[in-house]
Amino acid sequence: MSFWDRLFGHQEAENRSKDVAKQRLQVVLVHDRTRIRPGLLDTIRDEIVSGISKHVEVDKGHVELSLASEGGQSRLVADIPLKVAGRPRQRPTAG
Amino acid sequence: MPGRVITITSGKGGVGKTTATANLGVVLAQRGMRVAVVDADIGLRNLDVVMGLENRIIYDLVDAVEGHCRLEQALIRDKRLPELYLLPAAQTRDKSAVSEEQMCELCNDLREIVDFALVDSPAGIEQGYRNAVAPADEILVITTPEVSAVRDADRIIGLVEAEGKGPARLIINRLKPAMVQRGDMLDTQDVLDVLAVELVGVVPEDEKIIVSANQGRPAALLNGSLAGQAFHRIGGRLLGEVVPFVELKAPPSFLERLLDIFQATGGDL
Ligand SMILES: Nc1ncnc2c1ncn2[C@@H]1O[C@H](COP(=O)(O)OP(=O)(O)OP(=O)(O)O)[C@@H](O)[C@H]1O
Ligand SMILES: [Mg+2]
Repeated sequence: MSFWDRLFGHQEAENRSKDVAKQRLQVVLVHDRTRIRPGLLDTIRDEIVSGISKHVEVDKGHVELSLASEGGQSRLVADIPLKVAGRPRQRPTAG
Repeated sequence: MPGRVITITSGKGGVGKTTATANLGVVLAQRGMRVAVVDADIGLRNLDVVMGLENRIIYDLVDAVEGHCRLEQALIRDKRLPELYLLPAAQTRDKSAVSEEQMCELCNDLREIVDFALVDSPAGIEQGYRNAVAPADEILVITTPEVSAVRDADRIIGLVEAEGKGPARLIINRLKPAMVQRGDMLDTQDVLDVLAVELVGVVPEDEKIIVSANQGRPAALLNGSLAGQAFHRIGGRLLGEVVPFVELKAPPSFLERLLDIFQATGGDL
């Protein structure tokens, strides 16, 4: 960040509060629009896990279920890691 | 041709419905339209003071609906413009004094005598909001670029759609270009990304709005106010004109002017 940016109060890209605002809005609006209470996601996740667990072993502690909105469409996104015997679990590194 | 009924609503309170109604009324009247601005905020009358017409009220909207006077008698003419009228809300009654059917009938009568009826909706999603939306041909939703206001706008946009009154169009009010430039305020595109609606205009934060509200003279009546100019552009768009969207810029700060001079001289001060 240049001296002038500092002087004029320009924020560094990762510090912009508007990005936080936008991201929070996107999440809250998907819940509003789909009328899915945040707590309901936990229930759905537990049911998915118990359903899948009947067939394959799921790494229960790392299941992620979230709501996403893109171009006016809302979707449930599930990430369900499986337990593979004999192999250490490897999570993809966030990038 | 019957007049158009346009309702200005918001969900969240205090984001500029009354200000927008008054200014768009002025703008359309300046363009030669016959306009009525209608205060549907029964019990919390405000459009009269924003317009500066509070001392001339004899009858109000509820009187007209209940037949205590003719509609024409309740319309207060704004003498600053050829054909601008205010239909004030009743102050001593509440929202339940009028039904949706009565508002529709009232607006049908207004359609016969004006080109535009602009209805100032109360905040919220209760009876008063429904009364304001029921007679509308078009809905303008107004929001500020803040999380809570945008969220409530989304709710209203959905309700309007569900009632078959959509698609609503959007006005963003009180945008602060300097904050947007710093990345500390949602910009127009951010708001449109999350709401997915058509934009009719962006009104900057402008102290002249408060001065003009003090005086009872909508900013659009004055020359040179930034917010007033923004309302003029919105008025043009309501009339179907293609008005380019201008980027709202913060006036240069003292330091930025200094830097400009510094750079213009090649750093050779
Ligand atoms: N662009 C602007 N710049 C500066 N001040 C503004 C602007 N727009 C509105 N205001 C101020 O914000 C306040 C609220 O505006 P207004 O009364 O129009 O909102 P409203 O949506 O009608 O409120 P309510 O929900 O209570 O009816 C007023 O004090 C007004 O002067
Ligand atoms: Mg108001």
